[in-house]
Amino acid sequence: MSELQITAEPGVPQVRTERELDAPLDLVYRAFTEPELLAQWLGPRKYIMSVDRYDLRDGGTWRYVHSDEAGNAYGFHGVFHGEPSTRGIVQTFEFEGAPGHVSMDTVTFQEHGGKTTVRTNSVFQSVEARDAMVASGMGDGMSQGYERLDELLAKLEANS
Amino acid sequence: MPTDQLDRVFGALADPTRRAILTRLQRGEASVSELTAPFRVSQPAISRHLKVLEQAGLVSRTRLKTARLSHLRAEPLRQATVWLAGYRDFWEQSYERLEELLAALQEDEADRPQPGDPTGRSMT
Repeated sequence: MSELQITAEPGVPQVRTERELDAPLDLVYRAFTEPELLAQWLGPRKYIMSVDRYDLRDGGTWRYVHSDEAGNAYGFHGVFHGEPSTRGIVQTFEFEGAPGHVSMDTVTFQEHGGKTTVRTNSVFQSVEARDAMVASGMGDGMSQGYERLDELLAKLEANS
Repeated sequence: MPTDQLDRVFGALADPTRRAILTRLQRGEASVSELTAPFRVSQPAISRHLKVLEQAGLVSRTRLKTARLSHLRAEPLRQATVWLAGYRDFWEQSYERLEELLAALQEDEADRPQPGDPTGRSMT
């Protein structure tokens, strides 16, 4: 299975990710754009995702909610910019728990030999906002211990 | 962790020599000359790297007689990895689920009766 690559450079209000998927582009695009498919994969398994609206066009708005068994609900919404296509989708992203803190997300798709590489680029309003976003709601797998340290150093070492 | 410290940690980690120093310090404390030995850089250059690591809180230094020994301080690194781990977990799990969904969709497509295929199964 392909590994997710995340790049978060110090001092830059941006996070980039890259992931290869073993499926053709048309199918990947459907999974990103059809609400009933999107709800089946976006977010950790412990959340039930419901899509309120997903008006996939230039200026169209979207909103979805992640709920857990304990009754917590996390809403997100934004606007599509430019005509979404199999080349890519541009949209704003706002967590309703932090109104006014908006990121601009670009996702691009590239097919090669039946596989599709998905790249995302999220630009935040400030480095602080990026760090807060990455550190907060996005994560609840925050219980990892020191074993991660060895892994990190090994990985950094291998890349240098 | 305050943002500025996180910036310093990631800034410190952005350099291959400093990462190698941290890897070496995982095995135990070391003097500047011990740390300099494996590299083709001068001792003052290594000292500058150590200063950056110290400011990021990744290394602490103690004096033993005339030698200054450097120690790895793991806590800021752990916080930096936890910081990224949350984001990574979210997207890794999402993409794992997406792969399962895509595999199921591809199976459905393969199962759909093809024109001119009386068995209702494609020949893939």
